[in-house]
Amino acid sequence: MAVEAFSSDVTLRINGADHSVSLDNRVTLLDALREHLGLTGAKKGCDHGQCGTCTVLLDGRRVNSCLTLAVTATEQEIVTIEGVAGLARANDLHTVQQAFLDHEGFQCGYCTPGQICSAIGALAEADAGWPSHVTEDVAAGVASRAALDAEEVRERMSGNLCRCGAYAGVVEAVLEVAGAGPGGGR
Amino acid sequence: MTTLDKVVGGAPTRIDGREKVTGAARYAYEYPVPNAVYVWPVQATVARGRVRAVHDGAALALPGVIAVLNSGNVSRLRPAEDAELAVLQSADVAYRGQIVAAVVASTLEGAREAASAVRVDYDEQEHDVVLSPDNPRIFSPRKANAGFPGTVHWGDAESALAAAPAGVDATYTTPAEHASPLEPHATIAFWEGETLTLYNADQAPWMSATAIAALFGLADGAVSIVADHTGGGFGSKAVPRPPTVLAALAARAVGRPVKVAMTRQQMFPLVSYRTPTVQRVRLGAELDGRLTAVWHDALQQSSKRVEYTEQTVAASRMMYATPNSHTAHRLLQLDVPTPSWMRAPGEAPGMFALESAMDELAYALGMDPVELRVVNEPALDPESGLPFSSRNLVACLREGAARFGWAGRDPAPGVRGQGRWLVGTGVASSTYPVLTMASTATVRAEPTGRFVVEIAAADIGTGARTALAQVAADELGVPMDQITALVGRSVFGPAPFAGGSMGTASWSWAVSKACRTLVRELDERSGVIPPEGLLARADTTEDLAAQERFSRHSFGAQFAEVKVDVDSGQVRIERLLGVFAAGRIVNAGTARSQFLGGMTMGISMALHESLQLDPRFGDFTNHDLATYHIASNADVRGIEAHWIDEHDDQLNPVGVKGIGEVGIVGTAAAIANAVFHATGSRQRDLPITLDRVRAAMRTG
Amino acid sequence: MRPFAYERAADPGAAATAVVDGTDAMFLAGGTNLVDLMKLGVARPAKLVDVTRLPYDRIEHRADGSVLIGATVRNSDLAGDRGIRERFPMLTRAVLSGASGQLRSMATTGGNLLQRTRCPYFQDVTKPCNKRDPGAGCSAIGGGHRDLGVIGTSGSCVATHPSDMAVAMAALDAVVHLRLAGGEERAVPLHDLYLLPGDTPDRETVLEPGDLITGVELPPPPDGAAMRYRKVRDRWSYAFAVVSVAALVTTEGGGSLREIRLALGGVAPQPWRAHQAERMLAGHRPNRELLLAAAEAEFASARPLPENEFKIGLAADLIAASVRDLMGDLVAEERR
Repeated sequence: MAVEAFSSDVTLRINGADHSVSLDNRVTLLDALREHLGLTGAKKGCDHGQCGTCTVLLDGRRVNSCLTLAVTATEQEIVTIEGVAGLARANDLHTVQQAFLDHEGFQCGYCTPGQICSAIGALAEADAGWPSHVTEDVAAGVASRAALDAEEVRERMSGNLCRCGAYAGVVEAVLEVAGAGPGGGR
Repeated sequence: MTTLDKVVGGAPTRIDGREKVTGAARYAYEYPVPNAVYVWPVQATVARGRVRAVHDGAALALPGVIAVLNSGNVSRLRPAEDAELAVLQSADVAYRGQIVAAVVASTLEGAREAASAVRVDYDEQEHDVVLSPDNPRIFSPRKANAGFPGTVHWGDAESALAAAPAGVDATYTTPAEHASPLEPHATIAFWEGETLTLYNADQAPWMSATAIAALFGLADGAVSIVADHTGGGFGSKAVPRPPTVLAALAARAVGRPVKVAMTRQQMFPLVSYRTPTVQRVRLGAELDGRLTAVWHDALQQSSKRVEYTEQTVAASRMMYATPNSHTAHRLLQLDVPTPSWMRAPGEAPGMFALESAMDELAYALGMDPVELRVVNEPALDPESGLPFSSRNLVACLREGAARFGWAGRDPAPGVRGQGRWLVGTGVASSTYPVLTMASTATVRAEPTGRFVVEIAAADIGTGARTALAQVAADELGVPMDQITALVGRSVFGPAPFAGGSMGTASWSWAVSKACRTLVRELDERSGVIPPEGLLARADTTEDLAAQERFSRHSFGAQFAEVKVDVDSGQVRIERLLGVFAAGRIVNAGTARSQFLGGMTMGISMALHESLQLDPRFGDFTNHDLATYHIASNADVRGIEAHWIDEHDDQLNPVGVKGIGEVGIVGTAAAIANAVFHATGSRQRDLPITLDRVRAAMRTG
Repeated sequence: MRPFAYERAADPGAAATAVVDGTDAMFLAGGTNLVDLMKLGVARPAKLVDVTRLPYDRIEHRADGSVLIGATVRNSDLAGDRGIRERFPMLTRAVLSGASGQLRSMATTGGNLLQRTRCPYFQDVTKPCNKRDPGAGCSAIGGGHRDLGVIGTSGSCVATHPSDMAVAMAALDAVVHLRLAGGEERAVPLHDLYLLPGDTPDRETVLEPGDLITGVELPPPPDGAAMRYRKVRDRWSYAFAVVSVAALVTTEGGGSLREIRLALGGVAPQPWRAHQAERMLAGHRPNRELLLAAAEAEFASARPLPENEFKIGLAADLIAASVRDLMGDLVAEERR
């Protein structure tokens, strides 16, 4: 039997650019970004999917990059905080980034890239009509992001812990972007 | 210089906000350092004993493993006051989870795997890890943290309690809690000869550098710490912790730069925690509500290696007027990691007990809990007899009551049903001392017209960088965008930590002083900046020594509305409103965030946080963020922070009191009092989990 | 984490072969639990066979009203599916109550069913655990067990199954479709997928190496059914259940229960179908006393521990509240 390799040559498409690297199969997408590709915007908070600081977008959907093995993330569009501004700009920031700035949606900033990527993913989920656990009628879902209220935003953003306690600002920021209607952030 | 609108008191956006929302802000672990290798600690699996042998053969045989460190092959350190920093200095095991070895390897994954291949043999000894109120080794420490006396009394509290027509005698407990900043403790370390550079997750660049230099027997200034951004700390990064020392030792041992980042699990034993407390509070009062006695005893724990006594009863000494008082700490030293500072050490657990007891007293007297606090407002600090530099507790209570809609509240407990919910409201006071430490700062005028402020402050999310730029802009009379505020580096010289709510007070003093010196020198030169620039340095040591004696504290009042689900016992925060009196507010945006952040951590303390120690193993069973719950976004509803316009000229040139901690003080009591109002069942043990609510509602 | 080989399975047969032929080989789907356990040293596979590209990623609504949910359908797609939301809203609610938006984007239907307990001792390799290391002893029984099981547990193990989705599926009479290692297909009721711990808590399901879950079939819900999923936890989001209840009822004349199905989460090593309680309630007009008596009967065989005894009363209260609310739903429906 052939000796099985413990590493793989992978091409990761990140923020619109291909990165070809040889990685130990154990390397998570988060560690690939941070340790191998110099993209330290995604943060390691718990490394077990329990805090959300590592959130990135994979084909437009929010995922915990700490539990995603890099070797599995090929053939997908990976967008990190460094690339979100390319999705929906307000000046040279994504509208969600600008809203976090305007509403003090953070303090220490460590959970912030994850919060912002998560918010972009959550707004897309709302545009798809997806309900949340607190949606009164799950069959009806929500019409779009514009239908989100604070209760909905809190629930949908609960996968991102913030120890500084900036939740009030996070909710204000996401509500502002949501209120601007669909299309603001893909 | 031209006259500009002052920016202190405004709400300019954080000057580092853009870096943070774009992911460009660099935290300790994120600096590109060539040839860095990875360190993974091996932690003790016994709570007390000695390491007999570290078997490293299997680990060293793995690819990429460079070294396995143990107490026999790393540098000897100088004795430190904090014995926790004696990393790998002996074979003794003082607690489960202590670092007993470490792997250095060329990859992160390889280091982790190799660490699991290191086998350690122990001579295990019996351990004692339970804070048991009847342990005969409990003693009364002479001193508590921050210089507070262990025990204080005046008058005759026992007699007054016996004679009081009304009173409360109750025991409250708070659990061990963990700061758990979202950025794990992390360090990149490298040596160049006898100088050491540390990129460190740090609340105290200069103080940490000084401590590490002393530990390694290095000259002052030989250790340089860079902490441009720190991802929260809440006390856990205010002094060096073992991981930083491990990084420095490992870098020296292998002669290469090393990277250390705690896993979330490793953090729990290694970076300190808040002590659990068992507190008995006895209050005596006249029927009009005036206190005749305050008696507060707090039992807490420390490690056997370090006597750390948190100042849990300190606030009970100055909070309310009373002719008779007895307040004492008792300590039990155990085979556990040393507890240390966590946001409002002392005040946070202590005021949970006192402010819960005040609510119980209000019910015993049939008196409104706001009014009870108002009638016990002291004219002078009851402990020291000193005047308060300013004390606006009553104003906070009044303003908070008005904003919250407290008037007309029916005090009857357990009667407001809304479907499956019971509704209740509660109030509690907040306080935190105004502390200041001497600081230095430098301000440089550049020929371009820019001004560069350099100070070894740390911005751990407080907005310090922005606040100091505001202070400098006003002092120099220039727009904020002409200021470059550089913080987070030990090379900027002596400065205190971001802790004890003293950062802005201490640093802004030095910055304003340096700016005033610079303005004078510029005036002497008719405003002409020489080609080499002009530099002014300030040191506030003498200014602090010259301060008049006052009792200096910030105050606040918090009002909570909760709903309790009768089906399950779950508590839901509907509203939490805080009003604070904390001197001059430098930045309304970041200050609001600080107050809200403290209150949010207070919600977490009230309802969620609890480290569960397993006595058989001696460590915390819950040691990740799935099992150590902190409040999630969904738990924080209807939260508001406001402040009183307070002018106090007995503080510091900017007139600030510090706002980092007062927000968490009293929150848990306000919530517990609201739960009582909702259910009729008193919750004296934190956190208020649904099983506790259910048990209390069943027994009444 | 042990070094491992990685293979992306091209088809189900290749996937099974790769696992059967490999030493310590495991299937990898969403990874939300397996990668977590690998980092902790609890799972130490030498090879991962990625099954996420296999053709099990569709939700098929059939003409007879049943639905087949592919094993690799992500939790977020399951919760977002219009047909599921309209006809099995309890399942939607259950899925949405689990984990976080990010984790649901990753986690799959099959992986969710097979996730391991979050018992803190199971997850800490420095402490004894029979599930991890048969015969080592159970640390939870004499230690911190507040979050662990009260029924279906044994003297060897008190772990709970952490899924919300599976609890709702249990109440929906779900059938799990398997492709056995040898290639034959089999359908097992969800209830029969799991094994109670007994003396072998390391054996959690009937699956053998190479057996693959391909989907979950839900039969059509009974006509006129009302259903609810209610989860109680220690914070209002992003936490495992302390106790959860999936309840489905239909009524007949006079407001008595024609059919009632109850499944409980957070109390047992598997989604716990409360057959005993169901039998006591079917055909009766439910009032609080009867509901509590039914719950009591269900838990007659429970073996609670000091810290988690409260779960029995909590489960009883939730059963009562869920049926109360469902009856209210039906009344409201009639009025419409």
